[in-house]
Amino acid sequence: MFKYYGKTAPYLFLLPAGIVLLLFFFIPFFHTIILSFQDYSNSIYAPNFAGLQNYINILHNPTFYKVMLNTIIYLIVAVPILAIIPLFLAILINQKIRGITLYKILIYLPVIVSIVVAAIAFKWLYAEQGILNYILNLFDINSIGWLSDPKYAIYSVILVTIWKGLGYYMMIYLAALMSVPKELYEACDIDGAGFFRKHLTVTVPHLMPTIALVTTISSISAMKIFAEIYVMTKGGPLNSTKTIVYYIYEKAFENLDLGYASAMAVILLVIVMVFSLVNILCFEKGKYKI
Amino acid sequence: MKFNFKNIPTHIILVLISIISIFPFIWLLSTSLKGAGENIFAYPPTIIPKDFTFANYIGVWHRVDLMKYFINSMIVAGGTVLLNLILSSLAAYPLARMEFKGKKFTFFAILATIMVPFQAIMLPVYLITLKLHLVDSYSDTMGFIGLIMPFAVSAFGIFLMRQAFLTIPREMEEAAIVDGCNVFQVFWKVLLPMVKPSLAVLAIFTFIGSWGEFLWPSIVLTKESMYTLPVGVNNLQGMFSSNWRYIAAGSIISTIPIIIFFLAMQKYFISGENEGAIKG
Repeated sequence: MFKYYGKTAPYLFLLPAGIVLLLFFFIPFFHTIILSFQDYSNSIYAPNFAGLQNYINILHNPTFYKVMLNTIIYLIVAVPILAIIPLFLAILINQKIRGITLYKILIYLPVIVSIVVAAIAFKWLYAEQGILNYILNLFDINSIGWLSDPKYAIYSVILVTIWKGLGYYMMIYLAALMSVPKELYEACDIDGAGFFRKHLTVTVPHLMPTIALVTTISSISAMKIFAEIYVMTKGGPLNSTKTIVYYIYEKAFENLDLGYASAMAVILLVIVMVFSLVNILCFEKGKYKI
Repeated sequence: MKFNFKNIPTHIILVLISIISIFPFIWLLSTSLKGAGENIFAYPPTIIPKDFTFANYIGVWHRVDLMKYFINSMIVAGGTVLLNLILSSLAAYPLARMEFKGKKFTFFAILATIMVPFQAIMLPVYLITLKLHLVDSYSDTMGFIGLIMPFAVSAFGIFLMRQAFLTIPREMEEAAIVDGCNVFQVFWKVLLPMVKPSLAVLAIFTFIGSWGEFLWPSIVLTKESMYTLPVGVNNLQGMFSSNWRYIAAGSIISTIPIIIFFLAMQKYFISGENEGAIKG
């Protein structure tokens, strides 16, 4: 059987994908690392070798710490919410009741719609005289600058990410819920356990791997946030919503500081790779077995 | 199904979450249908327009070539889907079936691409795209190729197709070989038709991903006539700085195609079988 395929056939099949990955993945990957050791601040055409200077510059730049802090806020706020609320929704939606398909469609809709339209829609909700401030006023709370106040802006942006992710993670949980043995719930019913007790003792322990999976996936996507920032705040006010990817974008394509941007990209690379490795080694091993 | 009063709390929560999920769009839709005679900042806000009009839609349609953006998005998403189907299944076949030198290395090299976010390597990707003249300042065709190529194949697609090939019994191939097919005919005539369901999943999720892509086109595109929908819609903000009626109308129009696509393909998204397929 193996002889039949011949010696060259496997390589011919792999060649087209290999060329694309080489040009648009592997070469850029190593180029990023090389660029991060070069200095482009004098001219973008004649870089000098800079050693670790770009990294040292990053560590001396207060903006870097602000960007990292924003990313940590993003992780601390968005990730737990995206791990818990979709699980709760999936449990609710995993019942035989009327209108389930309609609920699923409506809750999944934000996942499908372009992030640009979503960000514009929220920008409109967040307007100074917009509907959210109106609702605050109804409760006798003063209007706030959802996107213009450095205190609140990052949370307003996070809210968009959470809103857009609910349906996505709910469907991941829903798929996992189907594998929980029904008998365990029946046993709970016989014991007279209530809704919360039932799910805390049966569902949550069974879904631990999925909860961990959702946590790593949402952490990785939180670190790659760009469009929300670009459309709504451009990183402002006062860098309060600047994230790692937006910072790289700004340094690379607006300031043309290729070395600095690449060093920042390497930092992103290392962080995301750690999370991805955990994900692949712990939760998705089966998918990638040789 | 009989209505069960025990389910009322569940319904209340799900209705509430459903409203939260669609309200931003409803409010955008409402604003887009309000005429010049109605204050869009009115307190209390009105969901049903008092001065109902389609004028904003007509206005934005005449001033912005949304149809062009739509066609550009179709070309890019269509090309990306087609290349992903071909390149992923080609690469997946030897990984699923053949033994060859360097298989393990190839496998881990592809796996490594999952761990590296595009955002971290986008600058050199841009530099190589420039070097290959795959930009719109060269020609429109080259511009489209440049938009497509960085996403022409993904590890996710290769692993998905590999899984699909693994489930096909070897006897199918052996029978074809006995019948005198060569290895490419086996692949094309016997195997590919058997993995159609996986190809459909790959096509649909690649389409959604490509359709919504914003970062890459906003880096490479220089000509307005090449804009894809997300870039074009973002640009509405600059064009109509504070005319929220127009911005809203343009955003709503841009969303219609993908909502139709979603409703037509809903079973792939909400059946619970293809989870984790979209990139987060």
